[in-house]
Amino acid sequence: MTEDTRIGGPAGKFPATRLSAVLAARSDDPAERSRALEAIAAAYWKPIYKYLRMRWGKSNEDAKDLTQDFFAKLFEKEYLDDFDPAKARLRTFLRICADRFVANEAKAAKRLKRGGGAPHLSLDFDAAENELQRAGPLVQLTALPESVDDFLEKEFIRSLFGLAVDELRRECESRGKQIHFRLFEIYDLEGEGASNASYAELAKEFQISPTDVTNYLAFARREFRRIALERLREMTASEEEFRREARALLGVVPE
Amino acid sequence: MNWLSDEAIARLQTASALPDLAGTRYRLIERIGSGGMGTVYLAEDSALGRRVALKILDLPELRTELSERLLREAHILARLEHPGIVPVHDAGTLADGRVFYAMKFVEGERLDAKRIDAIHERLRIFQRICEAVAFAHARGILHRDLKPENVMVGPFGEVLVMDWGVAKILREDPAPREVHASIGVETSRKAPTVTKPLKTEHGTILGTPGYMAPEQARGEVESIDERADIYSLGAILKFLMAGPKSDAPPGSDSGGAGNSTASSAAIAYVPKAVAAIAQKAMAEEPASRYASVSDLAQDVARYLDGAPVSAYPESPFQKAARWAKRYRVAIGLVLAYLVVRALLLLWLKR
Repeated sequence: MTEDTRIGGPAGKFPATRLSAVLAARSDDPAERSRALEAIAAAYWKPIYKYLRMRWGKSNEDAKDLTQDFFAKLFEKEYLDDFDPAKARLRTFLRICADRFVANEAKAAKRLKRGGGAPHLSLDFDAAENELQRAGPLVQLTALPESVDDFLEKEFIRSLFGLAVDELRRECESRGKQIHFRLFEIYDLEGEGASNASYAELAKEFQISPTDVTNYLAFARREFRRIALERLREMTASEEEFRREARALLGVVPE
Repeated sequence: MNWLSDEAIARLQTASALPDLAGTRYRLIERIGSGGMGTVYLAEDSALGRRVALKILDLPELRTELSERLLREAHILARLEHPGIVPVHDAGTLADGRVFYAMKFVEGERLDAKRIDAIHERLRIFQRICEAVAFAHARGILHRDLKPENVMVGPFGEVLVMDWGVAKILREDPAPREVHASIGVETSRKAPTVTKPLKTEHGTILGTPGYMAPEQARGEVESIDERADIYSLGAILKFLMAGPKSDAPPGSDSGGAGNSTASSAAIAYVPKAVAAIAQKAMAEEPASRYASVSDLAQDVARYLDGAPVSAYPESPFQKAARWAKRYRVAIGLVLAYLVVRALLLLWLKR
């Protein structure tokens, strides 16, 4: 993700135990607010960009401008002060904000020109556009709230997992555990064919024992899970919301 | 950042959702089911070579209400050693921070899914449920969520009351054990402890609509006692009589066991005495219910023995009919003897 965007920052910019960025975004401390908003933008800019492309049928260039402008306004106008986690999920709130924003596109364009104080985010829109193209032909989302919310949820999970994978990679590299990450990549990230490789084959390839393959993979998965849940905790405002979102993130649905 | 395909996300979700059993003696076999508190997995206990069920929280939650609830459930189960209550083997925290406990893997069917034709068999299952609940009450524990979904019936007729997650401790055991239940020491990392009983706030509603006593549904946490479980048992009895096709829970406002067409037909065959037992157990006022689960079970036993039940005052005709039914073999033999005797006399006079 460091290649994609500078927002969210590299590992170490945030404390190891992450607190709720949603709550921190309302802090009186400008530095804390800024860090919190960057974290929110890091997780949500891609879903919002794709949403604008698919739901509103915006061109690549228009969606780029709108996304930039939307997050700049999020920073500038304290939108999140109105967010009530008891009433809606953060992504639903952001989606509604984005809808209003697009509806007032003309005004927003003017604001872009005079919004000198708002930070300009460095976002890798080409990567986001490539992701959209790889997902298949662009189909406009219907206006049904369920379909747009499902889309945003799916893209949010993709974005959050992507950030977690990047952080895991950095962490493994800094701790000399490149093989751990590579095994995780082969088994859980790459295609079906790669994940069919037996533990014995991988052990031979990486010159480790098959037991090590099991343990390394377990380590990487455990760390990935921890990082993903920490990232998610940042995006929630209460313990109850975190639990609900975490179950959705992990695909755990009560029967 | 590499783009994550939908398949990669699904693999990551699956890998992240599975419990990390590294460092334990358990080997994961499959997921059995999921509920509000966590997920139950089938696992193999490699030390003892047997299958166990692991109830594991979905998230790493140390010292939260949910983790305390799970450990409290394990503690309660450890206190309730009874053939009708699923035994707990172990408890602890996994490497990924998730709290778990291991219990006996019960093979069988949930009561709500099991087809039982004979009314006497249904009542015997009900008696077994009552025995387990009466035992828990004797140990000062209320279940508070008794319903057919929480009863397992094994292939050899075993009946086990499950899911004690919202149980209430009415009074402490005279000789309380250590609360942390790390029985399989080598398996459990950092066996967490429950240091104080979990307090349920007044107004909190725990239980299942249709099976909850009215006072429980009103959130009167402080005032509920054994009679709340008796109400739920009455609802289970009503369910058992109506059969598994009943759409609405027995105590629901929509009419309960007699609500659906299927159950209306089934309820027509319910003996009046049994219906009266269920009705008494489900009385609106706790004081009008059975005083204890044993009293309820005894009434069912009396019915099965053909004796009068306390919940159903009989008319002289009904009493005679029941008496005739109870002694039908003896009456039949006497009648047969009299008929043969009469025929013999007639033949001799000819």
